[in-house]
Amino acid sequence: MPESNRGFSAYFRRDLLLAYRRRGEVASPVIFFVMVATLIPLGVTPEPDSLKEMAPGIIWVMALLATLLSAEGLFVSDYKDGSLEQLLISPNLLVMPIFGKVTAHWITTGLPLTLASPLIALMLSLPSVAYLPMMAGLALGTGCLSFLAAIGAALTVSLQRGSLLLTLIVMPLYMPVIIFGSAVVQYSIDGMAWSGPLAILGAMLTAAIALCPLAIAAVLRLTTIN
Amino acid sequence: MNWTWFYRMGSPLWFYQSTSRWLPLLSLITLASLTAGLAWGLGFAPEDAKQGNSFRIIYLHVPASFLALAGYFLMAIAGAIGLIWKMKLSYIVMKCAAPIGAALTFLALFTGAVWGKPTWGSYWVWDARITSMLILLFLYFGVLALQYAFNSQEAGNKASAVLALVGTVNIPIIYKSVDWWFTLHQPSTIKLTSAPSMHPDMFQPLLVMILGFYCFYALALILAVRVEILKRESKTAWVRELVEQLGRQKMGAK
Repeated sequence: MPESNRGFSAYFRRDLLLAYRRRGEVASPVIFFVMVATLIPLGVTPEPDSLKEMAPGIIWVMALLATLLSAEGLFVSDYKDGSLEQLLISPNLLVMPIFGKVTAHWITTGLPLTLASPLIALMLSLPSVAYLPMMAGLALGTGCLSFLAAIGAALTVSLQRGSLLLTLIVMPLYMPVIIFGSAVVQYSIDGMAWSGPLAILGAMLTAAIALCPLAIAAVLRLTTIN
Repeated sequence: MNWTWFYRMGSPLWFYQSTSRWLPLLSLITLASLTAGLAWGLGFAPEDAKQGNSFRIIYLHVPASFLALAGYFLMAIAGAIGLIWKMKLSYIVMKCAAPIGAALTFLALFTGAVWGKPTWGSYWVWDARITSMLILLFLYFGVLALQYAFNSQEAGNKASAVLALVGTVNIPIIYKSVDWWFTLHQPSTIKLTSAPSMHPDMFQPLLVMILGFYCFYALALILAVRVEILKRESKTAWVRELVEQLGRQKMGAK
């Protein structure tokens, strides 16, 4: 196996294992996602027609908040126990371990959110034609969100109270994802071809995979080694 | 190739001394063009056929929006220069450009809202361009907040430089958003490729105002950078000498 792939799989497996050991923590973004989405009908209206209109937006905003909540822990525990520094001074490529870590983050947050989304869609009386596009969009979009949130997590890793700042700096970067993500759902409800916005989400994910690990690696080097 | 001129530009002392020479002239141009542009635009430009006098707010709105965007680019480029060539001065420029840019973005949003009330009937509309400007304001806030979050100035500099660069990914989207969504906002009036769809009598004062705003931006940035330089270099010999010299001048005046 080439050296770079080993870095990917080692960190990918390690983070998944860590997540498996702390199952409760992993479940909380999904529970947050479901709970907040059920608060919306209580706060706004239980009317199915108006809920249906708001559903794409609600689902996407909740998914965004849920990934943000979990992003803070991406590098913090590694930073505190010193393993992040070990990673930084290792002679191997820094990009692949980071890619592995972010992928593991997506598997533990974005994927469960995607799988749980039909439940919320049902409760918000989203038409059933929109389920598949919504899940496809969420799968691609939460991938983007994980990569973007990882940049924020890397920037704030050495700070004491970084979580609020993380939200502040990452939220504006989420704008394109949320626009096209809810457009996928909206188009499918309106009976239009939804592959266009979905393709843009895919393109954004591709760009994020290519560029974000580089940015994260640079940021980690800048902010943790002084 | 000889690069000494480039490195000399990174020296705070050089910047301080050379801007001292240019400041009076720049202040004069700024004052003259802003006064002339405001008087021309608000007093003498013809009234708009549909919007009446309320259109005159573009003389503030358009230049402020231009500079809000240009200022973000300038900040990001300064940050990139700082990251690549490790220049002290460019980090200072980046740090000082953030609050000025944020203020101009706010001014653009505010004047837009004031104009929107009589024209569209509401202060705020969720239109693509307005929303992008709001996002730009948030990007500025993020850079500002990150800058001050770190205890060490160097870490804050580097982190906010990277964030500014990442944010530039959003700038093309901010521009393109006008084309992407159905929008209430009118399409761009000034295009480089074609003649402006504005009457020259209205357009010429706008150009003067844009020039005035650019000069004002440069002036505000240079003044802020000079203050920051004095703060950061307060322990160096040349700043002490400068303070002593000023002290002597004051004594002499008395």
